[in-house]
Amino acid sequence: MGMEASEIEALIRQGIPDAHVEITDLAGDGDHYAARVVSESFRGQSRVQQQRRVYDALGGRMGGVLHALQLTTAIPE
Amino acid sequence: MSDIKARIDEIVNGNDVVLFMKGTALFPQCGFSSRAVAILDHLNVKFETVDVLQDAEIRNGIKDYSDWPTIPQLYVKGEFVGGSDIMMEMFEAGELQQLIADKDVAKA
Repeated sequence: MGMEASEIEALIRQGIPDAHVEITDLAGDGDHYAARVVSESFRGQSRVQQQRRVYDALGGRMGGVLHALQLTTAIPE
Repeated sequence: MSDIKARIDEIVNGNDVVLFMKGTALFPQCGFSSRAVAILDHLNVKFETVDVLQDAEIRNGIKDYSDWPTIPQLYVKGEFVGGSDIMMEMFEAGELQQLIADKDVAKA
């Protein structure tokens, strides 16, 4: 079970093309990651809306094959 | 309206603050859930918890209800606020304290 960091990054980029994505492996078990996603397209959106877009990009894997993803979203400084 | 949606409606509208979590406030069963409880404890507000591990129907129903794939989920005055990460970000930015004050939530 679990996913590769590169796979998570690719999926997020596919869903949010202009995103800058940083993935940190928290436990080395393919199941616990932190992700920081920065995108201009988040501007004006609430945190919930921003994070929903990341979860949508992950196509339903969140909470399934991907157990834990500590997610931070932001707009470029 | 499906009965699971009606059940959740009743819970989220029947309490000022509700946290759908894994485990209980005293015995959280997941790091994200325990972090959410810790934040609510800091806010010193009265809150209800629902242990989704005890109720598969709620565990799945809540994800459709809020269109949010993970647990925990925080509701204040019937409105979905976010999961553990958003609670943390809002807490650190003082936004959660502001929301609690604005919505006139009962203190613990």
